[in-house]
Amino acid sequence: MVRAKHWWDLPLSILGYAVLIAVTLSMVVPFIWMITTSLKPSGSEFAYPPELLPKTLDFSNYVDLFTLVPFGRYFLNTLIVTIFTVAGQVIICSMAAYGFARLHFFGRDTIFILYLATMMIPFQITLIPLFLIVFGLGWINTYQGLIVPGISSVFGIFLLRQAFQGIPQDYHDAARIDGASEWVIFTRIFLPLTGPALTTLAVFAFMGTWTDLLWPLLIARNQEMRTLELGLAYFNASTTAFRQTNWPLVMAAAVVVMLPVLIVYIFAQRYFVAGIALSGVKG
Amino acid sequence: MERTSFLERPFFQTGPRWWRQFWSRSNERVGYLFILPSFVHLLLFLVVPLVFSLYLSFTDWRGTNFYNAPFIGTANYEFMLGDRRWWNAMANSGYYTLLAVPLGMVISLMIALVMNMKLRGVNLFRTLFFMPVISSWVAVSVIWITLLDPQAGIVNYTLKSLGLPTVNWLGDPASAMPSLVLITIWKGAGFNMVIWLAGLQAIPQELYEAAAIDGAGSWQSFWRITLPLLKPTTFFLAITGVIGSFQVFSSVYVITGGGPRGATDVAVHRIYLRAFESFDMGYASALAWVLFAVIFAFTLLQVWYMRRREEASLF
Repeated sequence: MVRAKHWWDLPLSILGYAVLIAVTLSMVVPFIWMITTSLKPSGSEFAYPPELLPKTLDFSNYVDLFTLVPFGRYFLNTLIVTIFTVAGQVIICSMAAYGFARLHFFGRDTIFILYLATMMIPFQITLIPLFLIVFGLGWINTYQGLIVPGISSVFGIFLLRQAFQGIPQDYHDAARIDGASEWVIFTRIFLPLTGPALTTLAVFAFMGTWTDLLWPLLIARNQEMRTLELGLAYFNASTTAFRQTNWPLVMAAAVVVMLPVLIVYIFAQRYFVAGIALSGVKG
Repeated sequence: MERTSFLERPFFQTGPRWWRQFWSRSNERVGYLFILPSFVHLLLFLVVPLVFSLYLSFTDWRGTNFYNAPFIGTANYEFMLGDRRWWNAMANSGYYTLLAVPLGMVISLMIALVMNMKLRGVNLFRTLFFMPVISSWVAVSVIWITLLDPQAGIVNYTLKSLGLPTVNWLGDPASAMPSLVLITIWKGAGFNMVIWLAGLQAIPQELYEAAAIDGAGSWQSFWRITLPLLKPTTFFLAITGVIGSFQVFSSVYVITGGGPRGATDVAVHRIYLRAFESFDMGYASALAWVLFAVIFAFTLLQVWYMRRREEASLF
């Protein structure tokens, strides 16, 4: 239906754009500031008035980051932890989701409700015992200590269960008549058909793991095991402790931490927003 | 009737009902194998820690010593009642929530209303508004520390250029918490906006048309149609906002470290300090359970509301 035109339509859309542009500026200027500050030579950060655009492009901060501070190692650690966590979540959650969505076993719905109920438990309550368990296993300062507690998520199971339920029963029956085992049906028919949902879960798991601070803070006690987030947090603390703030270097570190997330976001934006909308609709 | 012996009837045909159902032909037992990995994970890394945590809260467990943890009954909880730092942290969490949740919701609703005007280029704006959402808290924190620097920060510089008084944002106990809230709203606005937008787009357009025919203006339509129909979205954002606000940690840890003078020391940060800097695991667990009780009350409120609306296919 076409809405009637009014004299105020044009002023209203101009006002709308003004609001959107103002919000955009407030959202984007901090990031521009981060990038340009990272390109200033060390020590020029307190130039007054603050310059949003640097006069020279100085990439030496990025070189320092990987030579003076082991940011390369942090990057590698984060990459290892993230890859294994994402792979674990996709495998374990999709298996469980298939079981809950397509197989009729005794007690299934009761177990699923218990799973969902665990989503009401905040992470902070299990944090201390989880740390003690990981400590007891001797996993402090190890990759498994950083990875294993995060390789499954009930939210992921919930998300994928919805996707599996959306596939017609005919596909399932046809494969069964052909004598395919459940494992074959799961891997050959259901997984290929639920690509978007699997991608959504992978993107969520990636974002969550890459940007996590609290768990690495507890587990990665020595410098060799730090992740990027933790490295940046410590780096920030150590550079401000002696009032020798080196903002260009810290900002370069922030860029390195953010860049992979930003790239994944740009390519997987569709899945990310879809997942958020789902979590919003379903609660 | 004669009783059949075990040899005459196989084990899966005798016994209680659940046992026979478990072994019945229609039970697709392969399903247990599919959920096994997640089940073991959930048990080891969630259920066991949960029970363990409750036990810990009744012990004087210090450090990571598994053998020297005397059971002290409710002493931790009694000590907590008089722990002024803890109640300061809880009050700070409450203050943070009261500021961040309503303000964040109103601001993001206003953005969503503009986004819903169906202007061109909305997708580009949405992408840009989402940048803070996807960014890590640590990166956002270090950026804002520099932006809010009292001397050389852009924010104070802008205020000064406009002839306005400058603020010692993060350094003043009075303004430190509002500054944190400001950063939180900035980071979360894009997320809330997407949820609002989904709610707005679910409102049937016919209602507005009917209202317009009846002579209702835009202002009236907003108060009488839009807001009432956004109630589920409002409720969802409010409850999840409160739950999230009571769980704030990263921003406080990186930006203020709880300071200045305890003004931003929130609940999770206090638990962290108690558990991992004082290594007072028993007491910190007791604190965590008190926090959990608060969060859980709001979670139950949400579950109750969803059930009442019969939206939830889950419960």
